[in-house]
Amino acid sequence: MGKSIIQVENVTYGYGKRTVLEDVSMKIMERDFILIIGPNGGGKSTLLKLILGIITPWSGKISFSGDGKNRLGYVPQSAAFNRSFPISVLDMVRTGCIHGENYLRQNSRESIEKSRDILQKLSLEDKLGENITDLSGGQLQRVLIARALVADPVALLLDEPTTALDIASQTDLIDILEELRQKMSIVVVTHDPTPYAGIYGHLACLNRNLYFHERGELNATTLEKVYGCQVELLGHGIPHTLLHSHPEAVRK
Amino acid sequence: MNGILSYEFMQNALLSAILASIVCGLIGPFIVTRRMVFISGGLSHTAFGGLGIAYWLGKQELMFTIRPIYGATAFVLGAALLLGSLEEKKLNQNDLFIGILWAVGVAIGIVFVHMTPGYAPDLLSFLFGNILTVSRTDVLIMLVIVLIVVMAVAIFYKGFVAIALDEEFARARRLPVYRLKMGLTILTALTIVTLIQVVGILLVIALLTIPVAIASELSMNFRKIIVLSVICGITICLLGLFISYYIEFPSGASIILIGGILLIIVKTLKGISQRKKSALVQ
Repeated sequence: MGKSIIQVENVTYGYGKRTVLEDVSMKIMERDFILIIGPNGGGKSTLLKLILGIITPWSGKISFSGDGKNRLGYVPQSAAFNRSFPISVLDMVRTGCIHGENYLRQNSRESIEKSRDILQKLSLEDKLGENITDLSGGQLQRVLIARALVADPVALLLDEPTTALDIASQTDLIDILEELRQKMSIVVVTHDPTPYAGIYGHLACLNRNLYFHERGELNATTLEKVYGCQVELLGHGIPHTLLHSHPEAVRK
Repeated sequence: MNGILSYEFMQNALLSAILASIVCGLIGPFIVTRRMVFISGGLSHTAFGGLGIAYWLGKQELMFTIRPIYGATAFVLGAALLLGSLEEKKLNQNDLFIGILWAVGVAIGIVFVHMTPGYAPDLLSFLFGNILTVSRTDVLIMLVIVLIVVMAVAIFYKGFVAIALDEEFARARRLPVYRLKMGLTILTALTIVTLIQVVGILLVIALLTIPVAIASELSMNFRKIIVLSVICGITICLLGLFISYYIEFPSGASIILIGGILLIIVKTLKGISQRKKSALVQ
């Protein structure tokens, strides 16, 4: 693993008067794969939005190495966008090329070529002209990943990517992420760590505070405090296999 | 046909119908996909407040004359800016504010019309629309508005599509989402000002939605929906205009009823065609 590309330092944020994240710090290293679990309302999606610049922290700092700030790929929850919008797969992916700095003078030919290329890599070349409303959940998730990848990101941030997927589509997604982690950093926030067992590099749990497994913070006591119920840890002490064999413990 | 086109009022009516169709075809698809139909209704009714004030001022002995449409434009633009800024402050009560603006706008209009001596036939044409009374000056004002809308959509098209499709992703790509949303709301306000003269305050929403509804039955491509909406708008407006001329029906209502009938026909034909296709597959 190389140098750090994103640094989150002592970040605090909330909605209204309610603090959702408190003094959160983490580093995202080159080609790292960080899996962040946690209960509903624990601040997982908020942390991604802070890194992406969608919202600004109350206090603390988020910094990027090089041009990382402008090269973040984002795969939102599939329910977050307007699914009834009349747009083809190719045009949807092309919207990933748009950036605040170039949206008035975007090169159409270049964006079409890049989008075709990335759709081919994700085995979606036969869906180019199809409308997004006609896609299955798994196909749509791959389109969202293609849209995030088309701008050649240094880090890919995914928000609950497996939630609406069946087992076959989850397997496809994991294969894609496993290949991508050779080229870029990946951060996944999820309720269910099971599908990612064996491919993630670091595991953290977020509920207002961030607890890292590597720092020895993810023990049964911490998790019971975070989830508010009794938690049984299987495979505890063995990095990368923590929790994966017993996801129900986390879902409680 | 040549006979009726020799009248200046008919030429103005034709030109305003075409201009109104262009703006409603360009902006309507954004309004529908961004679910801004209620905002459009609120903005158009707010216009009545401006019309009322301008009408009252017009009857005073002033150094200058104020056309009612100027008052409407000022009110609609003001309401658009207010709604845009309230949304940015994340008050999350847009429906509430739109409802209030809607009612308060109409109430202001009623009060000022009441304060103005005499009968106010002009205001009725603003409420229900009368394309046959559009003047050459009105057409020129509409032309300026159409040029502004066409240029803005051409320049900011990708940004408008990005926020209509996925606002959160647009923010993640660091697009100026607030400015784009505000721009779209202002363009909606300008479109409403143009449409008020053709179909009236009460029927503006119909002209912003019916052509888009018809176009959406014919295509699932956003660019094509824009082009088809313009074509549908022109068809509806011209048919409504001729019907109102020949059988002396109210023009605004004729235009909207033609639109409604056309939508039913297109939906029915599409349903029949889909049933035939599925029967062939089976």
